[in-house]
Amino acid sequence: MRAFAYERAGGVDEAIAAVAASPGGMFLGGGTNLVDLMKLGVASPGLLVDIGRLPLTEVRETPDGGLHIGANVRNSDLAAHPAVRSRYPALSQAVLAGASGQIRNTATTGGNLLQRTRCLYFQDVAKPCNKREPGSGCPAREGVHRDLAVLGHSPMCVATHPSDMAVALAALDAVVHLRGPGGERTVPLCDFHRLPGDEPQRDTVIEPAELVVAVGLPAPPAGRSAYRKARDRASYAFALASVAAVLDVRAGVVEEVRLAFGGLAHKPWRARVAEEALRGAPATEESFARAAEAELAAAEPLRENGFKVRLARNLAVRMLGDLAAPAGEGSAS
Amino acid sequence: MEPPETTSTVTLRVNGVQHSLDLDHRTTVLDALREHLGLTGAKKGCDHAQCGACTVLVDGRRTNSCLLLAVAHDGAEVTTVEGLAEGDALHPLQAAFLERDGFQCGYCTPGQLCSALGMIAEAGAGAPSLVTPPAEAALSPAPVPLSPEEIRERMSGNLCRCGAYGNIVAAIEDVTR
Amino acid sequence: MSTPGPVRLEGREKVTGTARYAAEHMPPGMAYAWPVPAAVPRGRVVAIDAGAALAEPGAVAVLTHENAPRLKETDDGALLVLQNDRVPHRGWYVALAVAETPEAARAMAAAVRVSYAPEEHDVVLTPGHPRLFAPDVVNPGIPGSRERGDFDSAYASAPVRVDATYTMRALHNHPMEPHATTARWEDGRLVAYDSCQGANAVQEALAGLFGMDKERITVVAEHVGGGFGCKGTPRPQVVLAAMAARHTSRPVRLVLPRAQLAAIVGHRAPLVQRVRLGAGEDGEITALAHEVTTQTSTVREFVEQAAAPSRAMYVSPNSRTTHRVVALDVPSPSWMRAPGEAPGMFALECAMDELAYAAGVDPVELRVRNDSAAEPDSGKPYSSRHLVECLREGARRFGWDTRDPRPRSRAEGRLLVGTGAASSCYPVFHMPSSAEVHVTEAGRYRVRINATDIGTGARTVVAVIAAEALGVALDRVAIEIGSSDLPAAWLAGGSGGTGSWGWAVHKACRALIEMVEGRGGTVPPGGLTATADTTGDIPSDPPHAMASFGAQFAEVTVDTDTGEVRVRRLLGVFAAGRILNARTARSQFIGGMTMGVGMALLEGSTMDPRFGDFAERDLASYHVPTHADIHGIEAHWIDETDPVLNPMGSKGIGEIGIVGTAAAVANAVHHATGVRVRDLPITPEKLLGGGTGAG
Repeated sequence: MRAFAYERAGGVDEAIAAVAASPGGMFLGGGTNLVDLMKLGVASPGLLVDIGRLPLTEVRETPDGGLHIGANVRNSDLAAHPAVRSRYPALSQAVLAGASGQIRNTATTGGNLLQRTRCLYFQDVAKPCNKREPGSGCPAREGVHRDLAVLGHSPMCVATHPSDMAVALAALDAVVHLRGPGGERTVPLCDFHRLPGDEPQRDTVIEPAELVVAVGLPAPPAGRSAYRKARDRASYAFALASVAAVLDVRAGVVEEVRLAFGGLAHKPWRARVAEEALRGAPATEESFARAAEAELAAAEPLRENGFKVRLARNLAVRMLGDLAAPAGEGSAS
Repeated sequence: MEPPETTSTVTLRVNGVQHSLDLDHRTTVLDALREHLGLTGAKKGCDHAQCGACTVLVDGRRTNSCLLLAVAHDGAEVTTVEGLAEGDALHPLQAAFLERDGFQCGYCTPGQLCSALGMIAEAGAGAPSLVTPPAEAALSPAPVPLSPEEIRERMSGNLCRCGAYGNIVAAIEDVTR
Repeated sequence: MSTPGPVRLEGREKVTGTARYAAEHMPPGMAYAWPVPAAVPRGRVVAIDAGAALAEPGAVAVLTHENAPRLKETDDGALLVLQNDRVPHRGWYVALAVAETPEAARAMAAAVRVSYAPEEHDVVLTPGHPRLFAPDVVNPGIPGSRERGDFDSAYASAPVRVDATYTMRALHNHPMEPHATTARWEDGRLVAYDSCQGANAVQEALAGLFGMDKERITVVAEHVGGGFGCKGTPRPQVVLAAMAARHTSRPVRLVLPRAQLAAIVGHRAPLVQRVRLGAGEDGEITALAHEVTTQTSTVREFVEQAAAPSRAMYVSPNSRTTHRVVALDVPSPSWMRAPGEAPGMFALECAMDELAYAAGVDPVELRVRNDSAAEPDSGKPYSSRHLVECLREGARRFGWDTRDPRPRSRAEGRLLVGTGAASSCYPVFHMPSSAEVHVTEAGRYRVRINATDIGTGARTVVAVIAAEALGVALDRVAIEIGSSDLPAAWLAGGSGGTGSWGWAVHKACRALIEMVEGRGGTVPPGGLTATADTTGDIPSDPPHAMASFGAQFAEVTVDTDTGEVRVRRLLGVFAAGRILNARTARSQFIGGMTMGVGMALLEGSTMDPRFGDFAERDLASYHVPTHADIHGIEAHWIDETDPVLNPMGSKGIGEIGIVGTAAAVANAVHHATGVRVRDLPITPEKLLGGGTGAG
């Protein structure tokens, strides 16, 4: 880790200005990923602008019935918030499915969105990686990639986005509020993370010196929602695959559905093909399976990770089935 | 132009004692404790928040001190394993770990103890875990009863290679029951 | 209810954070070191540019093969660090940065520029590798190949046959405390606080490497944060720290970064094991072949003796047990908890389960039928062997008799449930040790012996043994262990610590009692001291075979949608001689079984064929079990009285817990799903098959 300068920002605009003025400047939030990457030599900021004490810590209900979540809200506080637990259970579950109690106490909402892939090549500065060093190559494609992408990858990069929280946010139609040197803007969560394409070094659409200031949730959709993650270790492990879903069934027919996969792609994968197939369809296992398979037909698994396609399919079918079951019969809330 | 400062004076209140330290910005809370204050109770097992041996309480909450830059926690209140006992009287968790043989090599133990302390407070404040039944999830913030399953899930950020998990859970139950 | 038996003597220090481990000694003026690993899988170092590193604020020195102190030759090539330009595998240390602070040392290491002349590398173990050879001896010095009777004919004519190949990837010890040393030179003396399993072995290695009398070296290992074999022999950190301390004329601390351990400290090598069992209709084994293929490095030959347990477990009148190994451009393998037995019994005990199904015999009954009173390979009778009793007692406690043997016969919602059993075994080792016991006029005792407590409860059990031998209360006995300045003793390894140390302590205590009796029962004002050395007491070729045995029973659930396997219950019953401290013994058994769950379901690293390193090197990617993985583990034992073993009647218990666990779990997975997974770890993809669900 190279030596760096440190500034504690007194306000959001001050923080943005400080990073904008420093070519090697980065924002420091909870630091659970950034400090890790600095130790690995993957990130080498010359200046850290600490936004950890900025008052972006509010979770409040908005006039339209939604929720405003400040970027500095700690993961554990978000998961425990009564409004999140009661109205967005998939989000609470997703946050609680990630990392450990200690990390959730430290990691922030904004930082969670911006965490970087755990691809083993990305984390090893002695090896090529197009995400870390554009143009150096992607050894993961032919190398060790069991945990990596099956959807939306490019010849340049097969990384996955590791967040659980973002998968639930994708299913809940969240938006990301950004502020930068040029002012404020709001980006739908589903458009915030990118597919790797030719620029795998860019995880998101965020611009230099732009700061995540909040995440917005619309009013909770009708129906029931849940998050389920499959992993090797029973806890404290990244997802092999995960699914977040919101399902509203009326008289045995799917009125509305939102489905997102985690662990499969460079971004939370909103399953719009499956959703389209399900709207108006009978809420049966056959429909769910057909829809999931339609979505996953686009999968291009690598040598070692084809099982993730089946895993994701099964997770989706199981979850939708649980959500469709009358309350009390399913395992989801 | 002057080269930018890469050190700062940092104040930490550790186990009730105020310390003012001149620290490299790269210095973590863990290294500040171990290398600057001689408090080697908190352990460095992985240095990347992957094992939990460095767990301490910062401003009352358990966290991995290996990923906290000390300069960012200027003014923080830190509790380490050295701060748990009252004089010669062990904290009930420490006594329970002894009685239940909740450790072998002892290297993860300070982290397990601090994590347990933080975890008990979190459950007491009604914070859910992944295994908290959804039905109860709506009834925040009633304390969450710490079943063995709850303890296991909530303590999973603390690895123990000796495999003392069962005894650790029993020790925590001795204190929470 | 907690288990009876004395609590750990050092327990209070451990729960209050005052126990000092190797990296927690801070001599004045200490500098910090950080290693630089090779970034090519094989080749030569052409040039090292330390300029940028030495320009870092706080830089002290960069050691390379060009300026590091010269070391004398040794058997263990892995210790000959920074001696030449050769890179035998990726991750091999090519430089060491030394700085005023840990932050500066890390930054320096990152700034060292190393140029290489890479050479073609060969890092992938294949069953048909052209350079495989049959080693004469395998760890720990036993024959590589053994033949009895006529396996081929017996197998060919056996009415029931099993032929199965079991594979596993490399496993890593990953004790929670990474390898660390704080070293200082004072007036030509070297003092090293080292995280190791035995300070005498380290002292002797350093004496050889630095060409000095071992009396001028003190190695201290007062508290050690786990080892599981990878601290059993001296490791490079202590050599590097001593070199750096000499080079810089300052005390130096070196803690190996977690992600560098896989390449440096040893591991369990990947294994391919073919087991063939030929049996009669009743399941009695007539032919047994256990053929092991594995790898070692070019630095040091270490061959995991995975076929060894097949020489001991069951009747096998016609037997072939062999090892083949190839030296690849990979990190050096070494001891990991129950080397040989842990992987070998995975293969043998899964094959036994397959034989049980092939013969239509209950798996527990099959093992009972094939029990052998004498060690099949040597023909020697066992000093004690209670495998059958463990199987019966375990079956009773587990409720085995209600089991429907048909695979896929139990489901709970979307979960399939299955149970499986396996045997455990581990040989008894005794090694010469010495001890000293002092009594004061006031009747207080002090035992001094260089035992090492790596978490086993060594201090406590040595005290128990001494108190019993002396016939006094435990609180009258003080213990000093963990330093090469104490009477020399065997290391904490091979489950041989307690037996070896206890023998010497017991002997010293008896000698002290005789001294006191010789003085009419009085102790003079200066006290009395007795010493003992068991070098002449341990028979080199004992008339008996000696081993611990056990049986393990697992119940697993398999999620039909995800293929996730969770162990719901794991029960072990062991016959391991006399249990000297129930409280810590139970922890040892359960700890081994816990690591066995990791071996079964989670652990394994991938050799990256392009880069030549283990891909999963940190604790986020190499999964060891955590709290949520472990519940319902029970360990029980059968009291064994065995006067042949040693004065205590004890056998080792540190390793047998991991032996058989993976097979019990794998057999339970087969029972649950009908899928026979012969490749560890049993991760979801192996159960997600082609259908819509597991199996």
